[in-house]
Amino acid sequence: MIKTVFEPAIPSRPTYGVLTPGVGSAHLFVADGEGADAVCDLFAQGEGLKASSHIIYIPGANGCDRSAALQALGVPQFHRSPSFAAAQSRLAKVLADAHMGLQVYAAGTEGLMAQVAAAAQHAGLPYEAVQMEHRGSLARRVQCVHCKGVTENVTLDPFVCSHCGLSLFVRDHFSRRLAAFQGVNIDAEDPGLVPASVERFK
Amino acid sequence: MSVGAPKIPVVVAEVVEVNDLIKRFRFVRRDGGAMPVFSGGAHVVVEMDDHGVRRMNPYSLMSHPADTMGYEISVRRDEAGRGGSLYMHRHVKPGMEMVLSQPVNLFPLDARAKKHLMIAGGIGITPFVAQMAQVEAMGGRFELHYSVRSPVLGAYVEHLKAHYGPRVHVYHDEHGEKIDLQTLLKSQPLGTHIYACGPKGMIAWVHATAKAMGWPDRAVHSEEFLAPPVGQAFEVQLAASGKSITVQPNQSLLEAIEAAGVEAPYLCRGGACGQCETNVLRCDGHIEHNDHWLTDEQKATNTKIMPCVSRFRGTALILDR
Repeated sequence: MIKTVFEPAIPSRPTYGVLTPGVGSAHLFVADGEGADAVCDLFAQGEGLKASSHIIYIPGANGCDRSAALQALGVPQFHRSPSFAAAQSRLAKVLADAHMGLQVYAAGTEGLMAQVAAAAQHAGLPYEAVQMEHRGSLARRVQCVHCKGVTENVTLDPFVCSHCGLSLFVRDHFSRRLAAFQGVNIDAEDPGLVPASVERFK
Repeated sequence: MSVGAPKIPVVVAEVVEVNDLIKRFRFVRRDGGAMPVFSGGAHVVVEMDDHGVRRMNPYSLMSHPADTMGYEISVRRDEAGRGGSLYMHRHVKPGMEMVLSQPVNLFPLDARAKKHLMIAGGIGITPFVAQMAQVEAMGGRFELHYSVRSPVLGAYVEHLKAHYGPRVHVYHDEHGEKIDLQTLLKSQPLGTHIYACGPKGMIAWVHATAKAMGWPDRAVHSEEFLAPPVGQAFEVQLAASGKSITVQPNQSLLEAIEAAGVEAPYLCRGGACGQCETNVLRCDGHIEHNDHWLTDEQKATNTKIMPCVSRFRGTALILDR
């Protein structure tokens, strides 16, 4: 099993665990890319959750598509979505119709997990109630603190904001509400003095 | 309230006999001013001068949080208790001057909840009376499930039913009625929070049932004030103040510390809030940990004690106080 080890960072930076079968009346899984493997690993521990599970899957931005493996689990509801944005209305509907006892699991990239946790919180679940396991890419979802635009799948640091064009330094400062890391202009004091970009988040 | 915080000088405005066991007291400020605003679930510590014995008991506020002209509490008479409730029942009359602490809330509503599911047993109804008024004013969703011994002892049942209608569900122990907790918890919309207040067994039952049904811990809240248990007298050394004191059988350690003229922090005086946590410098014997605050691991090491409810048996106890 590939377990991501994150460097120690500031407290706002989320940490993740390993998905384990929860106790509850229904089980909702949302995964992207390699996150499918975490879901498959959980189901390999037993078939107990199978009859009451719903899986929403988004193939990874890196092209990783494990739809077939998830479909083969044979859960009552499996939904493949081209993007998280496209899955959002389904997720909101599932949460709105759910009862307490629902267990929520998120697996895959940090941006995906953060958005699932934010949706669950919006529906009234405590943040701690969402199980999360990181798999796959370390690419970040980053909000530009200047124009507020969000850029998905940021691998470079610094990078150019896809909305306003400023060069942004990617901080570990993370917002649960926005489900994004914060990007801050790196050459505000010396315009044009931008260090070379490094691929920090593969 | 804790050391240094101003107390509220009040006069008893009204005493109402709610039923055979419960009396309601209304307090207003002696200077006629407004009380501090509180939130539903808050309590105050009522100071009593019981013929030379100083008693300080926490009671949940049950008046409307928007009513700043007075505070109301309900007190259930406990014949077997240490005497605080008996003092309130026998000696507190309208016109009497008393002292209250500032309100403190250890049992607040979680404003992020989509719905509040309140489960009360007996006198545990009191914080919910204030909380329901608050939720209704904010347009929130709630449901009350209230167990009482009998119709006669169902305090405020008629008032609550008349005011909140079908949101109030009452169960009579005497008629064998019991909350069907499994069914109730199964049908709650996502985002519901549970609040439980009542006897110890009821609170434990609610926590255990919710956990077994997949409710997150953070969505299940409870409050239980402990009365300091009586026990054998014991000696304590207060290292920081250089005093040796004896805790009497019907006195709490905190009360004994206060009686010796030593200022000690406290808030709830019921083992719930953690404010009075005190370091133990030496313990030759056994601490009877009666609080809800310290973890089992902390209790096992005997390095901390909650003097509001815990006692000691042994040869030497030295506290950093």
